[in-house]
Amino acid sequence: MLVIRPARGWTALNLRDLWIYRELVYFLTWRDIKVRYKQAFLGVAWAILQPLLTMVIFSVIMGYLLKVPTDNGVPYPVFSFVALLPWQLFAGALQRAGTSLVGNSNLITKVYFPRLVIPFSAVAAGLIDFCLAFLVLLGLMFYYHRQITVNLLWLPLLVVLALMTALAVGLWLSALNVQYRDVQHMIPFIVQAWFYASPVVYSSSIIPSAKWRLVFALNPMAGVIQGFRWALLGTQAPDASLAVSTAVVLVLLVTGLYFFKRMERTFADIV
Amino acid sequence: MHPAGMLPNVGHGSRPTNFKMGSRVTFMSEIAIHAENLSKRYRIGALTQRHDTLRDQLVDWGAQVTTRLTRRSNNGSGDNECSAEDAVNEVWALKDVSFEVQQGQVLGIIGRNGAGKSTLLKVLSRITDPTEGMVQIRGRVGSLLEVGTGFHPELTGRENIYLNGAILGMKRAEIERKFDEIVSFSEVEQFIDTPVKRYSSGMYLRLAFAVAAHLEPEILVVDEVLAVGDAEFQRKCLGKMGDVAQQGRTVLFVSHNMSAILRLTQETIVLEKGKLVLRAPSPEAVDYYLSAGHAKAGERFWDLDEAPAGAAPFRPIALRLRDSRGQVVDTVRSAEPFTIEMEYSLTASVTGLRVGFYLNTTRGEAVFTSFDTDDPSLFESHTSRPAGRYISKCAIPADTLNQGRYSLGVNASSYHIKRYFEEEQALDFTVDTAGAPGMQWSEPRQGVIRPRLEWKIEKTHER
Repeated sequence: MLVIRPARGWTALNLRDLWIYRELVYFLTWRDIKVRYKQAFLGVAWAILQPLLTMVIFSVIMGYLLKVPTDNGVPYPVFSFVALLPWQLFAGALQRAGTSLVGNSNLITKVYFPRLVIPFSAVAAGLIDFCLAFLVLLGLMFYYHRQITVNLLWLPLLVVLALMTALAVGLWLSALNVQYRDVQHMIPFIVQAWFYASPVVYSSSIIPSAKWRLVFALNPMAGVIQGFRWALLGTQAPDASLAVSTAVVLVLLVTGLYFFKRMERTFADIV
Repeated sequence: MHPAGMLPNVGHGSRPTNFKMGSRVTFMSEIAIHAENLSKRYRIGALTQRHDTLRDQLVDWGAQVTTRLTRRSNNGSGDNECSAEDAVNEVWALKDVSFEVQQGQVLGIIGRNGAGKSTLLKVLSRITDPTEGMVQIRGRVGSLLEVGTGFHPELTGRENIYLNGAILGMKRAEIERKFDEIVSFSEVEQFIDTPVKRYSSGMYLRLAFAVAAHLEPEILVVDEVLAVGDAEFQRKCLGKMGDVAQQGRTVLFVSHNMSAILRLTQETIVLEKGKLVLRAPSPEAVDYYLSAGHAKAGERFWDLDEAPAGAAPFRPIALRLRDSRGQVVDTVRSAEPFTIEMEYSLTASVTGLRVGFYLNTTRGEAVFTSFDTDDPSLFESHTSRPAGRYISKCAIPADTLNQGRYSLGVNASSYHIKRYFEEEQALDFTVDTAGAPGMQWSEPRQGVIRPRLEWKIEKTHER
């Protein structure tokens, strides 16, 4: 028996409901992926071209002109591409998740389903692009004669960490965006600032002192990117910083879930 | 709490009924929906001046602090004023609505626009929370508040069937099982792999309804989804709804279509301004609604909140009937001319607008349809109407209508461009035949018109 009554204050997360609606998460993700490259001449090739072209620009400006140092003398193109993959996965997921509720307002006002389905599927929708770009990365590593080690097995965990970060922040932003459309104007700035705070075009070893490195690690993406470089290129392993990153993500995620749940009941009325 | 409502087959309808031999069989049917004092409040302020921007919120916080400070200095004298203002900004879309629906019952919900029908359905289908009260629901709820929710124009018909099915709460396996049936119901087999943005609106609706029609929840909540599509398609949809009702599922059915309500439901509730005013067998409820809602002394007003959002820039104000002396009347005399006037405002200029009415008997027979720009010269001189307030008047000559009850429907549209506003039964009125031809005999005359015809009686032969 289902009981509907006014909810007040903080409510239980009821993640079981989300599990029951897992097929909807799948279908909405599938829709996002299907629609993204419809009526584009190059179609899904954009999933590869975007990181590839970005890498070329970075290599010319950062690597060739500014001579940004890499770790262990790794060639700049592969150095930046390894970081670009998790970064673009994260940035895309964050952008989509942040505007997801408003973008799906037609569903929210007409059908019931756990609203968490929407940001979850928005985050998941970047995975196919990531996998395609990853194939390019393998080609690039082969080209630069980089060895693939068992450390590769850590990548799925790092990907999950990146997605959890995007989801955690996305939950906050999407719920706020329902009421304050300022958020969607803020998101590009947030992403840009976050980009510079993450070691995508530079190496995290340029952070001067251990104290600052800890502050730096508060950014979960710093840990993720450092982890990617370590797993694929054998650079400095992420130490305690990854633990700090994970802790930050978990705090953001749990608070984000509760905040989202609290805001959820007014979505249909104010979106 | 465990969301039992989400599990398939939690309905208890199939449980064997216990009864004692020899005693009368008392079938205690299960209650599918039990609503108690259901209320939903909307803040109008939150709609018109809601805090869409952080800046507004900051300004508002500032204002609140200021009022609080001034109030403190005024020793709380401003309190009453403030709460009165709050009350003005609140609207109870639903207020203390209580009812029960038995399992397998088909319940109609009728009421004027803004009476709270859609809000009630939204609360029952968990789209929005009630402000007060509670509902207990036994069974999986499927709601159809619009057809084609979540259809994506870029996706093909096939893809949209899966997507829309999933959004409506069907399992993937279920969609696969019903796929062929859905496609054949929709009659768009040929185009099933074409993006739906290439569909005609009719095809789009048929496909959307086909998916919706194959939803099989234990409790089905349906808003005015049948008000779309051509007449033939509407018949098909009504047929399908009838099937659903036959299958013993619980259905809540909102409609403005009284014949559909009468055909599909045994019992109906009438909502008025958020309150449940009547629950009765459907014919009685329909009668009540038709007489209470419309025939108010020959005049029908539309409140601001009654005009549908899609009507802009057209806003209906009033429809009224005036007799030959200019009085607003509910009963007109057949033997005298009368005027039908539609008052409305345009918030922006409209090209090709025509405002008119349908005249029907209350039994549903069409009498005629007429628009204010029917006349070619008026049509030429009013190609575009600038913003402003208007009255379109139509003079009905004497000796036109026979005695009986008639119903006026309003239509404001630009031909082939847009229908701004339509209400099929906006105003009912009575025609009295005192003074009409043939009244020396008290017998009723057949037919909807009562013309005064010229007769000659000629004598052709002397005897």
